[in-house]
Amino acid sequence: MSFRAGRAPVRRQPTGFTITFDGRRLAASPGQSVAAVLWAAGVRSWRTARDSGAPRGLFCGVGACFDCLLTIDGEVNQRACLVPARPGMVVTTQVGVGR
Amino acid sequence: MRSVSKHAVVVGAGVVGAACAYYLSRAGLRVTVLDRGPVAGGATGAGEGSLRFSGRAPGPQAELARASMRRWREIGAALGAESIELETSGSLVVAATAAERDEVAAQVAAQRQAGGEATELDAEALLAREPRLAAKLAGGAYFPEDARLHPMLATARLLAASGADVQYGTGVRAVETGPTGAVRGVRTDRGALVTAGVVVNAAGVGAGELAATVGTRLPIEPRRGFVLVTEPLGGRRCRAPIRHTVFTAAAITGDDPGPVSAAVVVPTRAGTVLIGSRRERVGSDPAHALPVLRRLAAQAIALFPFLAGVRVLRAWRGYRPDTPDHRPLIGPDPTTPGLWHACGHGGAGLTFAPATGALIAALVTGETPEVDPAPYHPGRFA
Repeated sequence: MSFRAGRAPVRRQPTGFTITFDGRRLAASPGQSVAAVLWAAGVRSWRTARDSGAPRGLFCGVGACFDCLLTIDGEVNQRACLVPARPGMVVTTQVGVGR
Repeated sequence: MRSVSKHAVVVGAGVVGAACAYYLSRAGLRVTVLDRGPVAGGATGAGEGSLRFSGRAPGPQAELARASMRRWREIGAALGAESIELETSGSLVVAATAAERDEVAAQVAAQRQAGGEATELDAEALLAREPRLAAKLAGGAYFPEDARLHPMLATARLLAASGADVQYGTGVRAVETGPTGAVRGVRTDRGALVTAGVVVNAAGVGAGELAATVGTRLPIEPRRGFVLVTEPLGGRRCRAPIRHTVFTAAAITGDDPGPVSAAVVVPTRAGTVLIGSRRERVGSDPAHALPVLRRLAAQAIALFPFLAGVRVLRAWRGYRPDTPDHRPLIGPDPTTPGLWHACGHGGAGLTFAPATGALIAALVTGETPEVDPAPYHPGRFA
């Protein structure tokens, strides 16, 4: 069995919107996770490890590892890989435990 | 000392098996450790990592706990306390009512009688020690010698330090005996015979099944417990909001209280907080899990109101190998020479592991043990 999609049906691109990340406006599409928006904009790290201070970003990408935590609309420890981007969302780098 | 050139097989790579391997190896035996799963895959890895001298029944239990705490300090010095995340940060027992406070006072007296340190705390002193506790508590007690460590790291480091040949994923089907009735080794689940003159049964909740292969009945019953893990609240760079292991007095009073789940709150080196239960007597029906988790979370919030705004990352359950008299089974098999039991530690395997390992090593080599082994004799229920 082949997993090649062949020719996918053409869909109309839904209307894009923006979110902000550390003050920068980033383009987002409906259905994209926050992590997908960040990656599409070339952002690969958005948290510092609480002990070493080393950069952290997407690791498992499916909600299991809790590596991709960041702060969304003031709420800390959100998993970027699971939270869908929404218009006007304010996303910030999380330093350590973020509290 | 009798023969020290023997080969010993330890069944079980939990903390008790690891401590047995460590002390048998130091006594001069060649040691092989077999486990059907990974390191600390049973009750050891499912616990919250607290080492408790306090709250032990006066007499043999307190004596064993005291010997064990001293040996954990030695192990920490030998292996590096940091490498097993050993922290002697003390524990608090918190009383919600005046009646509970009286029971805590009795526990303080018992602890001192057992040669341990303990301080009664009024409500104000309790808050000074642990500022984020709920404001309306009646008081409590501080036990400075209680400690915590990382159960899996401690087990793995003990096994490594023992120099034992450790084989994970190797179950043991039966203890094999020779023509004289003495142990000649164990049969693995792949059919191989591992020859040994000494076999130590440290198989945790599986210990009863292993003993049954030589006709010995060990009354070990699995008792379920749960642990919830919060999101990280602290780390090396930011002080965690909870400093001590905190027990509710309700969790430690009473001998056989029936269905109980009372919270213990344990801050870890990694910054997460573990919320566990001291006792839980519900059966193994998974459908009961969610109400128990809710209750544990609510009890932890009653202790530390700020936890209401903290997320739980995950939760798991484990099974403690309990015995009818809540004392472990440590010593020779009643009928099979060469077979030794080191099991039935309930929820205290981590606390009692080093004293258990040292006791087994002393008994196997004919040395004088540091504690009286009689209260732990595996044949006491026969």
